[in-house]
Amino acid sequence: MSAIVLYVTFILLLTIGIIALLFKRNLIKIVLAFNILDSGINLFFISLGYRENAMAPIFTLAPLDSVITMVLPTPQALILTNIVIGFATTALMLGVSVLTYRNNNTLDTRKLRGVEEYD
Amino acid sequence: MIKHVPIVLVAIPLLAAFMIPMIGMINRTARTVIGAIALVIILAASYYIAGDVLNHGRIFYYMVGSSNPEIVTEHGLTFPIRIGLKIDSFSLFFIIMTTTLVFIFYLFSIQYIEENERKNYFTVLFISMVAGMMGLLVANDLFTFFVFLEILSISSAALVAFRTERKHPPYAGYKYMFISAVATSFFLLGIAFLYAQYGSFNIDYLKEAVRGTLLDKIAIVLLIIPLAMKSGVVPMHMWIPDTYSEAPAPISAMVKLGSLICLYGLFRISFSFGLSHAHVSYPLGVLFIVFGILSMFIGVTQALVQKDVKRLMAFHAVSQVGYMLLGMGVGLTVVRAGDASFALFGKVAMIGGLLHVVNNALYKGLLFLTSGVLVRHFKTRNLDAMHGLAHYDVFTTVVFMIAALAISGIPPFNGFVSKIIIYESVFQYNPVLTLIAIFVSILTLASFMKVFYSAFLGMPSNKRPMEQPVLIKCSMIVLAFFIVVIGIYPHGILKALIEPAVNALVNF
Repeated sequence: MSAIVLYVTFILLLTIGIIALLFKRNLIKIVLAFNILDSGINLFFISLGYRENAMAPIFTLAPLDSVITMVLPTPQALILTNIVIGFATTALMLGVSVLTYRNNNTLDTRKLRGVEEYD
Repeated sequence: MIKHVPIVLVAIPLLAAFMIPMIGMINRTARTVIGAIALVIILAASYYIAGDVLNHGRIFYYMVGSSNPEIVTEHGLTFPIRIGLKIDSFSLFFIIMTTTLVFIFYLFSIQYIEENERKNYFTVLFISMVAGMMGLLVANDLFTFFVFLEILSISSAALVAFRTERKHPPYAGYKYMFISAVATSFFLLGIAFLYAQYGSFNIDYLKEAVRGTLLDKIAIVLLIIPLAMKSGVVPMHMWIPDTYSEAPAPISAMVKLGSLICLYGLFRISFSFGLSHAHVSYPLGVLFIVFGILSMFIGVTQALVQKDVKRLMAFHAVSQVGYMLLGMGVGLTVVRAGDASFALFGKVAMIGGLLHVVNNALYKGLLFLTSGVLVRHFKTRNLDAMHGLAHYDVFTTVVFMIAALAISGIPPFNGFVSKIIIYESVFQYNPVLTLIAIFVSILTLASFMKVFYSAFLGMPSNKRPMEQPVLIKCSMIVLAFFIVVIGIYPHGILKALIEPAVNALVNF
């Protein structure tokens, strides 16, 4: 049941992200759209390793005498890496959008079109 | 000692990149020297293992964090967390190309980028870009591949926007970062599709496990389309002209090299996961051929109408990628056909495609460097405003002519060798493809004649003649030397590097 909810949320986030990427013209909104897309993919990866009624994957906390299920640790480690990468990407994109606004006085991609000067 | 080479190739640039900001605060010359030393170390390391890999067919495995890093099977290949590195002759071919060219571009940038406090940032990003490239080339599991792809993207996007005080570079950097970020996100989705089925990231393990089902095909498409996007293949080439033309000249050459390394990832993944079944490898090969023809034709026709010298060269970069995809695509189409066609011409087509990779990196790098010299001399990128450089700068003229003739496939230079190999082998597959390729080559010559005519011939301008600094001259001479040597004596590189690389790639 809960897996279905997770996958539906993933599809929704992915769709919202792609639609926003395609139709938004503001540089900041494009960054937001990318973040939605990225968190959708993170959610999908995390939910691959999810098990119902399982424990956190910490070896020392596991009881010795019983057969228990643990959540898969690998996707969590990888998604932690991807969240940091997404943070770096977002920071860089916001930084260059600030510079773009400073040099061009607009954030609208339609007005940024075209290279007139050859400096 | 030699067994630690795979990790040294990644660790030394990373270490240098994090040392440089601190050293740069104390002494700027020391910072430049440290960067050069790091690049020399990886250059030496890559040549040090070349003999073992190429002559004896040794494959370097390295499991990071293991007590005996060479043992792969300690927990089997399925052990999911351990980071695996691998160097075989296919990756070694790219490693040698990258370490050599990166050192040359670094030498060029020492005197090309003006010396001020921002050059610290430039050097840091340059070296971390090298770390990203080396990581991509030695990675043997998909997630390490992904992480280094992101390191490469972030540092190159920041470098594309390096001249932040000007109007357009920040937007070009934004565009490149955006394209890379979306591409790598979908690459991660492709990894997730494979991990969900097989529970591993290791490329060697997945190569055995992939069954060619519909879900596998979706995963393969999600893996190769982002890499094709980052190599600038035509339907996804919209970021190329802005990125290459707004970046400083050595960075244009570096981003070009980075896109060739994404092409390495494209070949590695499609030949790893596609070869197991003929119903996967044939459509992949056809896809490569279609992408290749589109890139060649659309790239060169767009280049013909440009008036901006760097945009013109950027569109030629798109067009040249087409030749490599054509050669490799023909090989991939026939490799599982089950008849003699692979031995007859498929392998030769792949050899041509790979030789074109190194040739293209050489002459395209040289062209971007000369365009940097042109732009700095004339203070404009507009070809209509340039004239008469040949009257007082013979050196740049000769070097530009070598590169332009090489890219157009004129005999004594290296472009001719790889193009004739591709023409001959593709002709046996389908003559129409060869006709298109030759036509594109003629158009390439035409558009470079335009550049030569407008920038170098004509009345001498009244600007004072400028002598190029020594390191800029040296780096351009070395590139021109390689172009001529490969053009005159291609058997050396074909026998030593490219045949083992192709053998490693189709070994299934």
